[in-house]
Amino acid sequence: MDTIAELARDAVAIRQQEVRTPRWQRTLRAIYVIWYRDLIRYARDRTRLVASLAQPLLFLVVFGVGLSSSLGSVGGGRGGSAAFSTGGASLSYIQYIYPGVVGMAVLFTAMFSSMSIVWDREFGFLKEILVAPIDRSAVAIGKALGGATQAMLQGLIMLAVGPIIGVHLTPLTVVEVIPILFLIAFTLTAFGVAIAARMRSMQGFQVIMNFLLMPVFFLSGSLFPLVGLPAWMTVLTRIDPVAYGIAPLRTAVLSTSGAPGAVTRELASVTWFGWQVPSILALGMLSLLGSVFLGVAIRAFRVRD
Amino acid sequence: MTISLDLPVTTTAPEREPVIAVRGLVKTYGKVEAVRGIDLAVAPGEIFGFLGPNGAGKTTTIQILCTLLRATAGEASVAGFDVDRDPDAVRSCIGLVFQDPSLDQDLTARENLEFHAIIYNVPRSVRRRRIDAVLEMVGLHDRASAPVKTFSGGMKRRLEIARGILHAPQVLFLDEPTQGLDPQTRAHIWQYLGELRRAEDITIFMTTHYMDEAEYCERIAIIDHGSIVAQGTPDQLKGMVGGDVVTAGTADDSAAAAEVSAKLDVNATVTPDGVRVEVADGAAFVPRLIQVLSVPVNSVTIRRPSLDDVFLKLTGRAIRDDEAGSMDQLRAMAQMWRGRR
Repeated sequence: MDTIAELARDAVAIRQQEVRTPRWQRTLRAIYVIWYRDLIRYARDRTRLVASLAQPLLFLVVFGVGLSSSLGSVGGGRGGSAAFSTGGASLSYIQYIYPGVVGMAVLFTAMFSSMSIVWDREFGFLKEILVAPIDRSAVAIGKALGGATQAMLQGLIMLAVGPIIGVHLTPLTVVEVIPILFLIAFTLTAFGVAIAARMRSMQGFQVIMNFLLMPVFFLSGSLFPLVGLPAWMTVLTRIDPVAYGIAPLRTAVLSTSGAPGAVTRELASVTWFGWQVPSILALGMLSLLGSVFLGVAIRAFRVRD
Repeated sequence: MTISLDLPVTTTAPEREPVIAVRGLVKTYGKVEAVRGIDLAVAPGEIFGFLGPNGAGKTTTIQILCTLLRATAGEASVAGFDVDRDPDAVRSCIGLVFQDPSLDQDLTARENLEFHAIIYNVPRSVRRRRIDAVLEMVGLHDRASAPVKTFSGGMKRRLEIARGILHAPQVLFLDEPTQGLDPQTRAHIWQYLGELRRAEDITIFMTTHYMDEAEYCERIAIIDHGSIVAQGTPDQLKGMVGGDVVTAGTADDSAAAAEVSAKLDVNATVTPDGVRVEVADGAAFVPRLIQVLSVPVNSVTIRRPSLDDVFLKLTGRAIRDDEAGSMDQLRAMAQMWRGRR
């Protein structure tokens, strides 16, 4: 058979290559291909793509329109739908929660993309990856980057809604927002991967996610400013890592919304005893946390029974 | 439980340095002993079979050899590398076809192979040609661009085998490779595995609980309850049974069995197929059998002993007896427990 001779010839080349390639190069290639596979699957799964946009849009419409109207009428004197105002300039509630809802799209996509690890375990594909001659760190990093990229794209798609509700975005804003979205996405995916690496069942993962996801989202300042809250809630919001992603995101998105910087900063920032945490520090803490989660995930993948 | 043997355990010592060497391998899950002290040596280029019922410890052993599990005690090396100390080196020398499906259903056949080629470091210059060649080999070339989820069970299996050989491994592990496949596909798969083995000098280590599949092996180890009960070539193993197996269907099998045992000085047993006797020369035995029987005989078959008969002889059970149930359950529980921790 002709094929057999062909196979044999190439086999020699393949075995030699195995010895020649340095380890770091193989790890990088493995990270790339694991990331790439996640993106192929993301692009093909239209249902999930649409479904994970529908939920944030629902929040935006129901909370945004609903609360804007009722707050507007309750606030009376402020007039119209201006929920927040300082010195004449105003910001509607829907404009306020909009960055939070973009963050929500990122948060949910990031967490659920890490579920694909549990999925792969259940359907066997994870074994194909785990038995490959690659460093296990490549699995954790590839998965974290894959999920982060999907979540970031999902967040970018949500930016298209901005102009409709009166949040004007300049190209510069978008450029500024991309790394922020990616950092939020990366930290959350790394967290999801660290958990998913230990989970053996889909149900277990979903229970944990539901248990953590909703409180983390609600306390992040996505839907209401983190000012004037009761003491216990103030503490909870300040230890919610997502809050340190939402604040810089909101500051950036609303910077060109027409409202003066002071207004947006005051409404957007997380404060520590009255001190506004600068965006750069918030993002720094977020990426530090993301690295810690990634480290935990790498360790989890390196364990052999 | 230990199995006492009247028969010597046949072993053929490999002449070259063994490519798989296992000494005193033990794996326990809590209190359950899945593997209890296995010794093995597989020569380069050999097709070695691990035969035993479900739950006998075959898959556990393979997973230890593939570095997916850690042994509780004992040593194992593959292609000269210790599986515990040097798992990366072992992984780059082996190919693996799992018992359970492990393809990405949402990718196409070609994409599955491309993914594999990249993580296994197949050089770009030969990647495409190699993928085409293995697809051709398993007869899936025309379906290369179809998503795997549209494939039948047999096609998926063939694709997994193609993937297992894609990166030119020195040792190919096949865990129940042709489970659930029709005999024609099975024969076809073994034909090209045989050719490939010669062309690329691959050692094949496989597990099976199908007797006819074990026939493709050059050497077999029979495993039961985590221990190897016999090792040798299929012919050597069948030689343990001695001669032929004669089965007679009669009007009253238990009466006939008693009669045959008493009058002909042989050990007759009752099986669902009739009275079963192992004798040196089946053809000479049949006339005597019919002569001594007072019960009417409906049918008589004479056949060479199969590996099934060997297993029956060694363990007192047929290999298909599903005693694995409780073991599998324990193992599943152990896995759940680990998951929760």
